[in-house]
Amino acid sequence: MKKKIGMNKSTYNNMITLGIVVAAYIIIQILISTGSVSSLMEGLLVPLCVYVILAISLNLTVGILGELSLGHAGFMCVGAFASAFFSRLTEDLITATYLRFLIALIIGAVCAAIFGIIIAVPVLRLKGDYLAITTLAFGEIIKNVVNVMYVGKDSTGIHFSMKNAMDLNLKEGGDVIIKGAQGITGTPTDSNFTIGIILVLVTMIVVMNIIKSSTGRAITSIRDNRIAAESIGINITKYKVITFAISAAFAGVAGVLYSHNLSTLTATPKNFGYNMSILILVFVVLGGMGNIRGSMIAAIVLTLIPEYLRFMQDYRMLHKRKGAE
Amino acid sequence: MKRILGLILVLVMAMSVVAGCGGSGNDTETTGSSTASDKFYIGGIGPITGAAAIYGQGVKNGAQIAVDEINAAGGINGYQIEYKFEDDEHDAEKAVNAYNTLKDWGMQILMGTVTSTPCMAVSAKTAEDNMFQVTPSGSSPDVIVGDNTFQICFSDPNQGIASADYIAENALATKVAVIYDSSDVYSSGIYEKFASQAESKGIEIVAAEAFTADNKSDFSVQIQKAKDAGAELVFLPIYYTEATLILKQANSIGYKPLFFGCDGLDGILGVENFDTSLAEGVMLLTPFAADATDKLTQDFVATYKENYGEVPNQFAADAYDAIYTIKAAIEKSGATPDMSVSELGDALKGAMPEIAVVGLTGKGAEMTWAATGEVSKKPMAVTIKNGVYTAN
Repeated sequence: MKKKIGMNKSTYNNMITLGIVVAAYIIIQILISTGSVSSLMEGLLVPLCVYVILAISLNLTVGILGELSLGHAGFMCVGAFASAFFSRLTEDLITATYLRFLIALIIGAVCAAIFGIIIAVPVLRLKGDYLAITTLAFGEIIKNVVNVMYVGKDSTGIHFSMKNAMDLNLKEGGDVIIKGAQGITGTPTDSNFTIGIILVLVTMIVVMNIIKSSTGRAITSIRDNRIAAESIGINITKYKVITFAISAAFAGVAGVLYSHNLSTLTATPKNFGYNMSILILVFVVLGGMGNIRGSMIAAIVLTLIPEYLRFMQDYRMLHKRKGAE
Repeated sequence: MKRILGLILVLVMAMSVVAGCGGSGNDTETTGSSTASDKFYIGGIGPITGAAAIYGQGVKNGAQIAVDEINAAGGINGYQIEYKFEDDEHDAEKAVNAYNTLKDWGMQILMGTVTSTPCMAVSAKTAEDNMFQVTPSGSSPDVIVGDNTFQICFSDPNQGIASADYIAENALATKVAVIYDSSDVYSSGIYEKFASQAESKGIEIVAAEAFTADNKSDFSVQIQKAKDAGAELVFLPIYYTEATLILKQANSIGYKPLFFGCDGLDGILGVENFDTSLAEGVMLLTPFAADATDKLTQDFVATYKENYGEVPNQFAADAYDAIYTIKAAIEKSGATPDMSVSELGDALKGAMPEIAVVGLTGKGAEMTWAATGEVSKKPMAVTIKNGVYTAN
């Protein structure tokens, strides 16, 4: 069968994974048009895309590069805030929703990638547990810095403060966009399921192609035997930074999708703290390290379980704790 | 062959998940439409697990008491109430999921959510559906941007202003220190307004010390700074968990100023392993005191104790009032359960500015609402004396 369609094993496998996503999209769209999807499921579609993108992008660092990163929620936070800030700022200037969202998407991804590189360069001298601890700390720092940022705009331009909103000294008619711990409110809700699925497909195609390329082979060789890889002349730092940046960029994309789904965005320990990073890691571990399709399915199943077990009241929390601790 | 078998299994699994969702959607829709015509479906959302669980529990139980009372007395205009409460874990995303779950159940009116951040996300959704929403305790002013959302509690800015006014009018202190949580919407919201109002009232803020959600077990630095600055009163616009630690640590260094808080301190006496004698003399601005002598409060407290074995907090009282407010709005507008969600929303939000409700949280006076959703009622300060909240 593989021979007949003239593909090698991994391409065939990848096509199936993409096929599953497209099939799921078509089935859900048909069900929505016939009105047989519950409001809960409809509301969960975009978050599911967010978690799938997060799981796939973390799989690149954890599964392919083999380094334990616990700062993934931090990169998501950067992407979410950068893009939501842009969308709030230009809400009146750019009225074409898709154009604005596209620019927001690029801004979110680029900002997260820059943070990925900033963090990767000093941290990647570390290995194993030490790397995990440092990335965890960086994720927490990002969240805490966002929580003390006050940014507003008025007729004279953009004002910034790390103290409080009164310190911005905004002119009459000024608007505080990032209100410290209160985050950003009134973000235009530009995300939808179709955009989410397109982004999932883009993430998958990019990650799959990286794995298959010479870059991917270099990255896996670092994972399997660092010394051997070094001895054949692979620049370890370069490939680690590349992987970290790409992984962070897609976490940023997930953040953009997340921040444009709800009208309020705050950086709480719950959504951008280390608990979230660990939850994403659980998706990857449960789905299988380096297995794109597995992490996708794990993300979907683990997000749906607590919602569909609402009838069990408090007991439904048990499965998550088991996963996280 | 193995691979193909595996693929088929995956596909079957994926299909069953989707089909399962579709199926459950169908079920709830049919049950919703077949019974919707003779009952009002009121949903509630709040945190009943996690860090803010005590508030969600209070709201859940307080509303349940009101619903039971109304149903026993023959319902609203003869229609019974169906009431269901969903958990949001104090998280915006989960709150929206809870909202969608309740919509599948057939909810027509929302009593929630309990905390501000989730409430902002949910009120954007109710505004889309034009569903009538009453929040018992979502106190941020951003909660009521939609014209379909109404508050039972004071908004955060109003709490800050009322606190500064109360301190100035009763001449409690001129030198004030503030310890607040800069990572929390509620706390920083109150602090900002308090600071600007205090200035105009001649109160000097000698120390304003912040902490964050990640760093809230050791307050010795903040307390020491307040002490060194010579503050006579420490204003705590925070939640009670941290307040107990502050009281304990202030006591251990022998610093005994007057402590003053807002409704977040309500519940401080119920904290396990907390020496309540440390809270002696703490003042808090809260709309509800469980030891008030009016019959309404006493009956409510007695029923609550009997059913749930605890003294109700302010959140339970807010929820109780929220249900009675919904009842008053329905009676005023003459709405019936066979109306659609959006028709009910239009009818009830039109009735809200016209009604006046006497409840547990208005100090016996009437509560009224502006069309914007803000409540107008009397603030009340209580002091902790001999281990109970005593109205001033």
